[in-house]
Amino acid sequence: MAAEGLERRQDRPSHLSMLAILIVALLAIAVLCALQPVLLWPGLGFALALIVVALVTSGRAAERIALPDSGPWSRQDVQTPPSFSQLDLARAVADPLIVFDRNGVVVHANPAALSAFDPVTPGTMLQLRFRAPELQSLVEHALNGTDDREPVDYAERFPVERMYRVSVARLDTTRGLFALIFRDHSEARRIDRMRADFIANASHELRTPLASISGFIETLRGPARNDAAARDRFLGIMQDQTGRMARLIDDLLSLSRVEMKPMLKPGETADLRPILEAVIATIGPRAKEAGVTIETDLEEGEAKVLGDRDELFQVFENLLENACKYGRSGKQVDIGLHRITDGGQTGIAASVRDHGQGIPAEHIPRITERFYRIDAEASRNQKGTGLGLAIVKHIVTRHNARLLIRSKIGEGTEFTVFFPDQPAMS
Amino acid sequence: MVAQQHIVRAYDEELKFLSARIGAMGGHAERMVERAVQALVTSDTALAQRIIVDDKMLDDAQREIDEKAIIIIARRQPLAHDLREIIGSIRISSDLERIGDLGKNIAKRVVAVSEARQPLRVFRGMEALSGLALAQLKEVLDIFASRSVDRIASLRDRDDQIDQMYTSLFRELLTYMMEDPRNIAPCTHLLFCAKNIERIGDHATNIAETVYYTATGRQLPAERPKDDLSHDVIAPMAGSQ
Ligand SMILES: Nc1ncnc2c1ncn2[C@@H]1O[C@H](COP(=O)(O)OP(=O)(O)OP(=O)(O)O)[C@@H](O)[C@H]1O
Ligand SMILES: [Mg+2]
Repeated sequence: MAAEGLERRQDRPSHLSMLAILIVALLAIAVLCALQPVLLWPGLGFALALIVVALVTSGRAAERIALPDSGPWSRQDVQTPPSFSQLDLARAVADPLIVFDRNGVVVHANPAALSAFDPVTPGTMLQLRFRAPELQSLVEHALNGTDDREPVDYAERFPVERMYRVSVARLDTTRGLFALIFRDHSEARRIDRMRADFIANASHELRTPLASISGFIETLRGPARNDAAARDRFLGIMQDQTGRMARLIDDLLSLSRVEMKPMLKPGETADLRPILEAVIATIGPRAKEAGVTIETDLEEGEAKVLGDRDELFQVFENLLENACKYGRSGKQVDIGLHRITDGGQTGIAASVRDHGQGIPAEHIPRITERFYRIDAEASRNQKGTGLGLAIVKHIVTRHNARLLIRSKIGEGTEFTVFFPDQPAMS
Repeated sequence: MVAQQHIVRAYDEELKFLSARIGAMGGHAERMVERAVQALVTSDTALAQRIIVDDKMLDDAQREIDEKAIIIIARRQPLAHDLREIIGSIRISSDLERIGDLGKNIAKRVVAVSEARQPLRVFRGMEALSGLALAQLKEVLDIFASRSVDRIASLRDRDDQIDQMYTSLFRELLTYMMEDPRNIAPCTHLLFCAKNIERIGDHATNIAETVYYTATGRQLPAERPKDDLSHDVIAPMAGSQ
């Protein structure tokens, strides 16, 4: 929006129109004076004033730019904003770029910066918004004129982690304008972290099934060497365990993948209705096997949200799968899709509700943590790895949506994903 | 809000100085808490040691803000919005200083906790809790930077989440203590750490109230009644748990 505000007016047409108005006005005054000689002097005075005004405004028009709203810090001397070519340049840059003045006040933030660091509107004081000690000193050095600082690393942790390499450049010495440039290298850093994370988690979680497999191998080679019945049983268990390890690795990879790309592609939309229908079609047979019927209550009409179809599919697949597994005793799972108001916000809510035994309140805040299982044994019997809800939560957060969990012991659990209506993007 | 015109330029410089200091303090406090929890989770006693030393910056900055603020009030006799701004700075800096203390306190417990091996699950919980508190703090300070007070309402929900998460961790730690008496000492330290993190969230809420008051001149309206059965789960730090 700031970029729009700074749009420059074409000055040639305005020159012409100004001239035309002037001529018409003078003619009118001349005619008036001819009819009423008394009006000669006031008429002449007015004409003179008109000429002065016209000259001043047309002279200024070339320089004048509409300033964007000045925020709390720009109320004293508002810097002359950078010239057009710089702003066009800023807009064209895909990385976040912020132009600030010698007071450390934001003059312009390009669209990438606005969407990455919302809120960082013009007028914001840079040192208040970017508080990391490294950035503080980077900006301070720039303002003090000590030049050529090395770029620094900067991480924004919420709502999703992103890492930047930030450098500062002086744009204009006379007016004291600087640019803060953020190069996003989250991807590279996240790959590093993913590797470390994967090793930590995998080594921890794979140890149990591995230990059990090696135990069985030992038994098979030793005491049970000639026991055909035991061998069969043990091989069966070992197969289960390797299956579990494979699932674990799949889930870990899938979690890492969603964590790797924290930003949604802007502008992508998905309709929740067909997604839910596809999920039901996928899980349906398994639900039937488990003796669970799926009831739907999907509000008519389009349920478009900003988001990625495949990821949202994954969310509801996990939720429905859980409902069928852990809420099995309730025999029925309800899927709903409605427009609702939550906490003063309107939006679309998609919910999955089971009628199972419910989740004790103390576990609810925790179940979206990785590997968190209420009853590890029960989950293992259900072939669970405890990563499903971690994946769900991550995707939901990335969609600027909220995951709401309501549960009552003995009555069941409802998982709702609430997508608040997005304010129209500027 | 009508932007008051200030004739005296130096006065604005002084006000801006206060804000810049608050920004620096905020960044420092955020960093301390983050590192303290990191030290706790990774049993990094060297890192913990560095955090303890680092706390001095916050003490100094707070004192500096207090002194500057008092001088400004005495000399300029500011009114209305400016006065609120200055008083706000004093209050926010004192909350930030307390947050630093709490972070330091966590760092001090790292040695005691790292003496015994703790279940991974407790640390994941601790990270999740601190993720919520840090998200809260960041959001509050970001709101302060842009004065977009209309966003403050959404902070309330996270308050509840922090409380719930804390309660859950508390129970879990109690279970570990009951399972094995040798866990009692380290788990007690962890309990205090969790409590500290929860209080960091409280200070963040205090700051939100101050920011709201500074910007609007009104107290933050009372909380809407909350639905006991509903839990809002929002991801804390990405990839940290
Ligand atoms: N609808 C539900 N009712 C009761 N408990 C549930 C429900 N959904 C999830 N849970 C509990 O939350 C835990 C975590 O669920 P999550 O989906 O993350 O893992 P999982 O189902 O064990 O494994 P995965 O989904 O990775 O195969 C489960 O182990 C279960 O204890
Ligand atoms: Mg699951």
